[in-house]
Amino acid sequence: MAKPTDLVQGTLDLLILRTLALQPMHGWGVARRIRQVSKEVLQVHQGALYPALHRLEQQGWIRAKWGESENNRRAKYYSLTPDGAKYLRQEQAQWERLSSAIGLVLEMSS
Amino acid sequence: MRWYYKLPLRLRSLFRKDRAELDLSDELQFHLQNQIDEFVAEGMNPQEARRAARQALGGVEQVKEECRDMRRTNLIENFLQDVRFGFRMLRRSPGFSILAILCLTLGIGANAAVFSWVEGILLRPYPLVSHQERLVTLTGTVRDEKDGTSWPDLLDVQRSCTLCETLFVSKITGATLSIGDRAQVMTGSIVSANYFDAIGVHPVLGRGFEPDEDTGRNAHPLVVISYHLWQTRFKGDPEIIGKTQRFDNIVHTIIGVAPEGFYGTFVGRSMEYWVPASMLEVFDGGSDKLEDRGARWAEAYVRLKPGVTRNQAQQEISAIAARLEAEYPATNRGRGIKVWPLWQTPFNHAGHLLPTFEIMVVVTMFVLLIVCANVGNLLLVRSFARRHEMTVRLALGAGPGRLLRQLVTEGLLLSACGAAGGMLMAYWCRHALVLLFPGDVMYLPGQIDGRVLGLSATIYLVVTLAVGLVPAFQTRHLALAETLKTEASAVMGARGQAWFRSSLVILQVTLSFILLVGGTLLMQSLHKIRTTDPGFTTTRVFDTWMPLVAAGYDAQRAKTFQDELVRRVRALTGVEAAAYARAVPLGYGSFSSTPIAVDGYEPPPNEQPTAEYNEVSPGYFVTLGIPLLSGREFTRADDENAARVAIVNQTMIARYWRGQNPIGQRLQVKGNWVQVVGVVKDSKYYSMDEAPRPFFYVSLRQYFAIEPVIHIRTTQPLQTIQTALIREVRALDSDLSVYEMITLQEQVDRSTSHELVAVALVGLFGGLALLLAGIGLYGVMSYSVSQSSRELGLRMALGASTSNVLRLVLLRGLLLTTTGIVIGIALAMLLTRLLGNLLYQVSPRDPLAFAAAFAVMTLASLAACFLPAWRATRIDPIQALRAE
Repeated sequence: MAKPTDLVQGTLDLLILRTLALQPMHGWGVARRIRQVSKEVLQVHQGALYPALHRLEQQGWIRAKWGESENNRRAKYYSLTPDGAKYLRQEQAQWERLSSAIGLVLEMSS
Repeated sequence: MRWYYKLPLRLRSLFRKDRAELDLSDELQFHLQNQIDEFVAEGMNPQEARRAARQALGGVEQVKEECRDMRRTNLIENFLQDVRFGFRMLRRSPGFSILAILCLTLGIGANAAVFSWVEGILLRPYPLVSHQERLVTLTGTVRDEKDGTSWPDLLDVQRSCTLCETLFVSKITGATLSIGDRAQVMTGSIVSANYFDAIGVHPVLGRGFEPDEDTGRNAHPLVVISYHLWQTRFKGDPEIIGKTQRFDNIVHTIIGVAPEGFYGTFVGRSMEYWVPASMLEVFDGGSDKLEDRGARWAEAYVRLKPGVTRNQAQQEISAIAARLEAEYPATNRGRGIKVWPLWQTPFNHAGHLLPTFEIMVVVTMFVLLIVCANVGNLLLVRSFARRHEMTVRLALGAGPGRLLRQLVTEGLLLSACGAAGGMLMAYWCRHALVLLFPGDVMYLPGQIDGRVLGLSATIYLVVTLAVGLVPAFQTRHLALAETLKTEASAVMGARGQAWFRSSLVILQVTLSFILLVGGTLLMQSLHKIRTTDPGFTTTRVFDTWMPLVAAGYDAQRAKTFQDELVRRVRALTGVEAAAYARAVPLGYGSFSSTPIAVDGYEPPPNEQPTAEYNEVSPGYFVTLGIPLLSGREFTRADDENAARVAIVNQTMIARYWRGQNPIGQRLQVKGNWVQVVGVVKDSKYYSMDEAPRPFFYVSLRQYFAIEPVIHIRTTQPLQTIQTALIREVRALDSDLSVYEMITLQEQVDRSTSHELVAVALVGLFGGLALLLAGIGLYGVMSYSVSQSSRELGLRMALGASTSNVLRLVLLRGLLLTTTGIVIGIALAMLLTRLLGNLLYQVSPRDPLAFAAAFAVMTLASLAACFLPAWRATRIDPIQALRAE
C-alpha cells in the first residue's frame, strides 16, 4: 500500500462536507468514498476521520442519526445541515481561488 | 441557527455522558467491523484482519479520546471536577474550612448588612414612595443655623418654585387612641392634603385627602389609617371606611386605609395614621399655626423635577426666601430656607444616623480587608502544607494554568459559602439596628434590594479573587526539586516567601489597631456625654403624664386635677418635691419658641431675636435640682390673675442684658410683656452636646397646658413611686391611665442613643477585627515554628534554654505586631478625624485612646504568639534533627 498523500490542514473538513453533500453517510462510507473518488490517491487516515466528524457535528455543520447500514448493521449516518451546505459553498469557492492562484504561480515559474 | 444543532449536543455530552460514550463505541465498532469484512474479503484470515483493522484506525482508545476532545466540554467538566475536588479538600480539613468560611461570612455579612441599612434608612427610606432619588427636604434657617419652617412660607414656596415637581408637608405627631377600653399613644403624621398624591401611594381602601382638606381650622376631622392599625386594632374590618375613631378625644372619620408596607415618611418611626394639616390644633396645640408665619412647625419634602440638581433648587428656593424676607420682615427677617438631601434630613433620625453610617462603611471595609488577609493567609499556609500534592500533580503533567484554576476554584467555593452565609446574616440583621436603641420604639428597617445585592456581589468577586489568587501567587514559584526536599529546614525570621505572609499579618494588625483607636475614642466620647452634668439631677427624678385631653378634660377641670394631684404626691412618703412642666428636657417634644424683645436691647438690623421657653409650675427648679442664682422661683401666686413673670438662664443674661442683673427688667413673649423675677443656671435642653443657649421659663398657670409632665423627686425606687402615683391618680379619676414612668437619666440615655449605637457598632467590629488579627498572627507564628523546627532543635541542642527559645519566638511575633502598630498609629492620626462629629469633647488624637489601643493590641498579640512559642520549647532536639 503506497503511503497516502498527507492532507493539507483543513482539507479533510472540505472533503467530508463535499462527500456528505451527495447523500447522508456513515464514517466508514465517507472514508471509502473519498478513497474511490480520488482514485485511491487520497487515503483518509482513519484515525483522523472520526475526530473530524465529531468536530463538524459539534460545530453544527453536520448532524448525526442512527440507522441501518446496507449490510444490516446499526450505523451512525451523518448528513449536511443547511448551515453546513452554506459553509461548504464558501469553503469550496475559497479552495478554488486558492488552487487556481497556486496553479498560476506554478505555471509562471515553469 | 447553528445553536439549534449545537445545544442539544453539548447538553448531551454534559449530562448524558455515558450515552455519548456508548454511541462513540458503537460507531467505531461499526467501522472496525466493516474494515474487518473488507480485509477478510481481500483474503486475510479473521484474526489477522481484526489486528490490521485496529492498526488502520490507529488505536481505538486514542481515537475515542480525540473525539471526546472535540466535544468541547472539557472546560466545564474540569470546572466541575475542580469543584468536587475543592469540596473534598474542604471536607478533609473541616477546622480550616469552618474558620475560613466563618471569617468570610462575617466580612461579607457585615458589609451587606451595612449596605442594607444605608439603603433602607438613608437612601430609599420610604417603601412604596415613588422617585425617592429626587426627594429632598426643607428646613428654615436663621443666621445659617437650621430652624423650622412655617406653613405660609411653604405655601409660597410651593406656589412659586418652578424646579419643584411637588412639595408636601409631613410632621410627626402623637395622639391617644382609645379603642374599646384600651388607650394608647400612637405615632402619626400631620400632612398636607396633597400628601398621598405627591408620594404616589394610593390607599387600598377609601381615598386620600381632597385638595382643600388642609384648610380651615379644625374643619376636616378625617384620618387615613395604616394597614397595620387596620389589621391589629380594627381586625381588618372591610366596612371600616366611614366609621369614626377618637384621636385625643376628637372624633375623626376614617376615610382610607394605606397599603401594606407603607410606613409613612419619617426615618426611625412607623406611622399609624395621617391627618390633614387643618387638624393641627388638635394634635400639636397652638391656635393659629396655619396662618402664622412665625410658627415654624412644618417639616417639608420636595420632589425635584427630573434633571434638577439640589444646587439649582437651593438657588431658586433661596431667592423665594429672600423675597419673603423682604415682604414679611416682622417674621422672616434674617431667615432663609435650606434644601437637604434625604440622607441628611435634620428633622428625623436620618441626620443623626448619617455620621454613624459613614463610619460604619469604612469600618466594615476594614473588617473585610482583614478577613481577606486572614483567609488568604490561611490558604497560603495550607498551600504550603499541600506543596507535595501540587508538586506531584505538576510532575504528572498538570499545567500551571490548571493548578491555578483549581486554587481559584477553591477560593471561589470558600467565598461562595461565605457569601451565602453573609447574605443570610445581612437578611437576619436587616432589622437589628433598632435593638441597639434602648427602651424605645424605633423602626429602622434595612432593605436588601437590587443595588445592595449588586454591591454585595462585587464584594464577593473581589474577595474571591483575593483569597484565591494569594496562594496561587505563591505556588507560581513552585520548583519541582526544591519542594521534594524536607520542609523543616527554614530559619526563624528568615526572609524569602515569609515576607508575604508577614505583610498580611502586619496589614491585619494595622487595620485592627485603627479600629481599636476609633472604638476607644468613641467610647471615651460616650462616657463624656453621659457623665456631663446636664444641669439638673437625673437619677432621683421621675417623670410621667396622663392623657387628660383624651379623657375629655377642659382647662378648668385640668387645673383642679393638677392642683389636687400634686398636693397628694407631695404628701407621699419619700417624695421631696414635685412639679409640672409642659416639656421634658432632652425629650422628644419641642419647647415653645417665640420672637422676643428685651428692654434696653437693640437687636442688629437684620436679626429678629427668638428664644425657647418651658412652661413650669411652682417648685420646678427645686424638683429638677436646677440652682436658682438670684431672684425667686414661681409661686402659686403667679397665676392667671397676676402679672406675667419669667425666669431666665445665664446665657440669656449674657446675650441680652450684657451680664447685668435682669431682675425687674421686661421681656416680650408672644407680644406680651413679662417681668423677669429670677435667674437660674444653664442646663441642657435638647441634647447633651449642645452649646449653651438662651432659654427662659414662664409660669404654667399663665401659659396653660392641659397635659403637662409631672416630675417627682423622691428617695423611693421607681416601682414604689409608680404604684403610689397610680393609686393617687385613680383616687381622683378612676378611668384615667398613667403613661410609662422613667427617670431623667433614662431620658438622657435615650437622647444619646445615637452615640451608643456608634460605640456599639464600632466596638463590636473593633473586637472582631482584634480577634481576626489574633488568629492571623497565631497562624503565621505556628506555621513558622513548625517550619523552623530544625533550627530551633539545633539551638536547643547547642544549649539554648527554654526561655531563650520562648523569647526568640515571642520577639519575632512582637516585631510583626509593633510594625503593624507603628503604621497603624500613623494612619490613625490621619483617619480618626473622620469621627469628627461623633466625638464630644474628645480630641481625635487623644493620647489615652492610642495608649489603650496599643496596650490591648500588644496583649492580644502576646497571647496569640504564646501558644506557638510554648510549642517551640517542646520541640525534641533529637527528633527535629533526625527528621532530615
